[in-house]
Amino acid sequence: MPPLSSSWILALVLLAPAAAALLLCVVPAAQAVWVRRIAVLATGASLAGALTIFFHYNRALAGYQYEMLVPWISSLGISFHLGVDGIGTTLVLLHALCAFCGVLISYAITDRVKEYYIFYLVLITGVFGVFTSLDVFFIYFFYEMAVIPMYPLIGIWGSDVKEHGMVRFSKEYAAMKLTIYLTAGAVLALVGLLWLYASSGLQTSDLVALEHHFSLTPLAPHLQRMIFPLLVIGFGVIAPMWPFHSWSPIGHAAAPSAVSMLHAGVLMKLGSYAILRLAVSLMPDGARLWLPWLAGLCVMNIIYGGLVAMAQKDLKLIIGYSSSSHMGYVLLGIAVLTPVGLNGAVLLMFAHGLMTALAFALVGHVYDQTHTRYLPELGGLAKSLPFIATCGVIAAMASSGLPGFANFVAELLVIVGAWDQYRLQAVLAVLGVVITSVYMLRLVRGTFFGQANESLPHARDATTPFARLPYLILTGALLAVGCWPKPLISLIDLSTRPIIARIARAQAAAPGVGSTWRESY
Amino acid sequence: MTLPLQHYLVLSGVLFAIGLAGILTRRNILFLLLSIELMFNAANLLFVAYARMWHDLGGQVIVLFIITVAAAEVTVGLAIAILMSRQLRTLNADEARSLKW
Amino acid sequence: MVNPGLNVGLLPWLTLFSPLAAAAAILVFGIHHRRLSSSLAVGGLALSFVSAACLLLHVLQHRLILPIETAVTWISLPDLTVSFGVLLDPLSLLMTLVVTGVGSGIFLYSTSYMSDDPGYSRYFGVLSLFAFSMLTIVLATNWLQLFLGWELVGFSSYALIGHWYAKPAAADAGKKAFMVNRVADFGFMLGIIALWAWSSPLASERTFSFQVLQARLPHLLEMGWLTPHVLIGIGLLIFCGALGKSAQMPLHVWLPDAMEGPTPVSALIHAATMVAAGVYMLCRAFWLFEHIPMALQVIAWVGGITACAAAMLALIENDLKRILAYSTLSQLGYMVMAVGLGGEAAAMYHLTTHAFFKALLFLAAGSVIHATHRQNIWELGGLHKAMPITSWSFLIGGLALAGFPGLSGFFSKEAILSLAYERNGVLYLLGAMTAALTAFYIARAWLVAFFRPAHDSHAHAHESPSVMTGPLIVLAGLSIVAGYLGLPTFLGEHEAHHGSPVVVAVSLLAVGGGFGLAWLIYVQRAISSALFLERFRGWVWVLERKYGFDQLYNWYVDVVQQRVIAQACQLVERHLIIGFAVNGTAWLTQAAGRVIRRCQTGVIQQYALVFVTGVVVLVYTAIRR
Repeated sequence: MPPLSSSWILALVLLAPAAAALLLCVVPAAQAVWVRRIAVLATGASLAGALTIFFHYNRALAGYQYEMLVPWISSLGISFHLGVDGIGTTLVLLHALCAFCGVLISYAITDRVKEYYIFYLVLITGVFGVFTSLDVFFIYFFYEMAVIPMYPLIGIWGSDVKEHGMVRFSKEYAAMKLTIYLTAGAVLALVGLLWLYASSGLQTSDLVALEHHFSLTPLAPHLQRMIFPLLVIGFGVIAPMWPFHSWSPIGHAAAPSAVSMLHAGVLMKLGSYAILRLAVSLMPDGARLWLPWLAGLCVMNIIYGGLVAMAQKDLKLIIGYSSSSHMGYVLLGIAVLTPVGLNGAVLLMFAHGLMTALAFALVGHVYDQTHTRYLPELGGLAKSLPFIATCGVIAAMASSGLPGFANFVAELLVIVGAWDQYRLQAVLAVLGVVITSVYMLRLVRGTFFGQANESLPHARDATTPFARLPYLILTGALLAVGCWPKPLISLIDLSTRPIIARIARAQAAAPGVGSTWRESY
Repeated sequence: MTLPLQHYLVLSGVLFAIGLAGILTRRNILFLLLSIELMFNAANLLFVAYARMWHDLGGQVIVLFIITVAAAEVTVGLAIAILMSRQLRTLNADEARSLKW
Repeated sequence: MVNPGLNVGLLPWLTLFSPLAAAAAILVFGIHHRRLSSSLAVGGLALSFVSAACLLLHVLQHRLILPIETAVTWISLPDLTVSFGVLLDPLSLLMTLVVTGVGSGIFLYSTSYMSDDPGYSRYFGVLSLFAFSMLTIVLATNWLQLFLGWELVGFSSYALIGHWYAKPAAADAGKKAFMVNRVADFGFMLGIIALWAWSSPLASERTFSFQVLQARLPHLLEMGWLTPHVLIGIGLLIFCGALGKSAQMPLHVWLPDAMEGPTPVSALIHAATMVAAGVYMLCRAFWLFEHIPMALQVIAWVGGITACAAAMLALIENDLKRILAYSTLSQLGYMVMAVGLGGEAAAMYHLTTHAFFKALLFLAAGSVIHATHRQNIWELGGLHKAMPITSWSFLIGGLALAGFPGLSGFFSKEAILSLAYERNGVLYLLGAMTAALTAFYIARAWLVAFFRPAHDSHAHAHESPSVMTGPLIVLAGLSIVAGYLGLPTFLGEHEAHHGSPVVVAVSLLAVGGGFGLAWLIYVQRAISSALFLERFRGWVWVLERKYGFDQLYNWYVDVVQQRVIAQACQLVERHLIIGFAVNGTAWLTQAAGRVIRRCQTGVIQQYALVFVTGVVVLVYTAIRR
């Protein structure tokens, strides 16, 4: 463990946006400039902290680092416990990048700026909380904290999804559906968590203690088999697992672009992260029993999501369905339970988060400038928006898994990891890459290339360095990891390996059960 | 010579039943208020009867309280009734539904 | 993997990365400086060429034992290691020199050709990226690195075909090229992963590396880990990749459309280098294919059929660039056929000579288009006098393409044809017929576009500037002499193919016949072309529809994929999942609420009645007890 004195960095990452949200409550609403500056500073501080943690994470020691433990309700064994391992570090960095860029992109918001930023910062805090907490209670607490602000953010600052000029899904519908869906999923997961808490017999919700306890004395298999699906479906709703995905594309489409960025970029990863951290890691027997089913559902995500994306005409719906398609790869990587696949899943969470945040930011810019995101009405924007169009092509290429972007490496790892046990799924996953390029190229072709639509208002490009900064950060990170993935992969590998090892041990202890883990040939 | 307790109880029960029947069957708000008064008085009668039987003045004190509260209640009730008759031109309780959804 | 003879220092890395550095520099500094960006691009590739040449000299001088491999680890996991590096052997050295050499000429040519273009810097940036990607393929040490470059050239090609993005045809052509290649790469990727998965029985020893796999393959086959059936599957899947990139039938449809891009791009990417990557890959992996006779059969037939079918399409095409595109298809078909027949050296030989003369032909065509802004050969004419250098270059390129004796194309084509003559009679006939067709269509193009007197005045047509004609002259020289450089020997073919007299005679007959017929029809007008069109009416009908591939694919994409499959999923999504399942649940909740709400009448007397009844019942039961 690094010296105790450095654990404040992680607390800073988590608390800076929370403090900013509190501060904003007392800033007069008229001071929109200061409201924005405070938000930028807070998320900037988080980003700096996340980068520090990323570069200074002690790889030789591995395990949870930057830990901070404050007992809270000792009679129930609940404490405020922070700490990150390789997976946590990766996701904290992802979220810090997305949040910082999202705050910058939010400069486009002009209505009720103060309230917007308060909710936005609460959302950011919630997500940081999930990724940094090592206490099941607080993971759940922060999870809810991240979900609830979505309701006002979409309901107040969102926009309706239109088709042929008619409202297809109103923003109120989207906000309501998203909130109810995610809360319902959370309740399901809560039942599972309480059950887990009660049946561990430890009287603690500390994740590290639970991990340690369950690796020594695993939970009874019949309990694992019942609790595991509760957690997977509950958190799978936000992942979003097919067929519980339908809140997500509509929610993305209706949300303001900075919210969609966080939402598709990071919030969806909460689900896969929680599945990995709470379900798979704590209940290896349940995992072995249920993950083959999950692997089947993932393919539905990938293929079906891609095909539905092909049929969409709203830019945000295309990207929304594409997200649900790509999250299928993440879930597949988790479901295959091989070191390579799991590393791919975590790396893909990172890569997809950046890519999809970039895509939503770009669509947001196009929408702000042209007041439409209906594909048939767009075209030829590359002429007036060269920078945005370039980034658009980059995002489309990253999404279709072009080498040089992190997505390629991650998808490769998932597919390679799935090959031995789930060959059909792996083949279909490769097919999913083809499907992705179909709709992504269609999007780029329809939006940026071809004849310009004369009836559209004149669009202005992002010209100042400040306006370009979020796009540059996101593309830069995608490219950096895509060109030189080794450091990040080895960091992730440090933390996925113990999980795999635990499951392998469970497998060894319980022979004869259907094997999903490849020992050797 | 004193009346046995049973007489008070019966009278109180009859009064209460009359009041209850009035509440359940009448729609006129004045009759509703009257019926409520009847039920109050049934309770008061009981209190007084038992107070006397057990030589405990507490029962009579409570009766005084009830009378006070009942007076206040009738004041508010009659005020509503007057407003209602002015605004809605009716004293029928069922017709006052503007706050119902 | 350290070779004791390895003393080449950073030269391989310089070769590989200088175009990428140029691309990055253009992106950062050059996007608003036209001169700077073109200089960076040309300089980057020229540097790459020079260092490749130095490498070659170094290797020859010190008699280094090839192959030399130098690599860094790109992904390092216990179960998966991928490296990125440079593999030097005769094959890759030759291809590097071709790519960088021909590329440098074309880059130089572009500085003039694209001089009026608003997207000048972008053009050179992407071109440099292309050069890097191509070199990544050529110098790849392993399958995954090859795939990396493979996809990146696909992207560069997409961006360059769609360079004039405002033109719908160009934007669509770029998209089509990328998509067709993606479909092919679906198979390629699976093939690569399958090969990796079967590369060792031990999970930790699996590898993508060419050299390791090559050494291990016989052993794997011997011990029965890799069964012939699996190997056939892997071979065909990997061939899928070549099918797309080298535009073999039935995935050839993107190449003619790719002519929407700027002509230098067509010359470099869609004639000389990128489309040859498929053939290069087949040669690179020949150690794999030589164990799979069945796959070789398929490859040979696909190649032969493509060669002949594409040549026929060129017969009735009127667009100068598209004629050349079909010719490229046809020549690639030759190379693929050669690989299929077991002659990977012959394939590489033809690839090299083809790179010279086809780049030459395209650049000459570009020179014409630059001067006249026309591409239809019937609207051209009389250019032989107006643009002598261009015309002579085109003629030299055309003669080399047709296999005129003494020119480079003659030797390489002869190598392939004699191979076919020895190994497969039917394919030989196809090849010989293609040779005749080739001679005819290229003669037709030259005669009609250049030689025939102009029917409208091209007074404004004048010779292109020297920066454009320079590369033409150099390439023309190479097209002439490339047959005498001893390339087959360099590639390890020790006994030179002694073309059987029959083959040479038939070839000469074919070339002579093709040229003669074209001369009779288009210059002497002794024979009317209408006669042929009438005589082969049915076949012309088929050719005009290009065998119906485009219609079939368009039908598939527009109707099957977009309207049926995607819409079906959309209907399921909208009506089954959103409409029925999700909104249905919400409706059920509301309906339950509506029913239960009826109890809440709001009539206080009802509540009181229920309440009183309840009290009475409770009290009664309490008393009864």
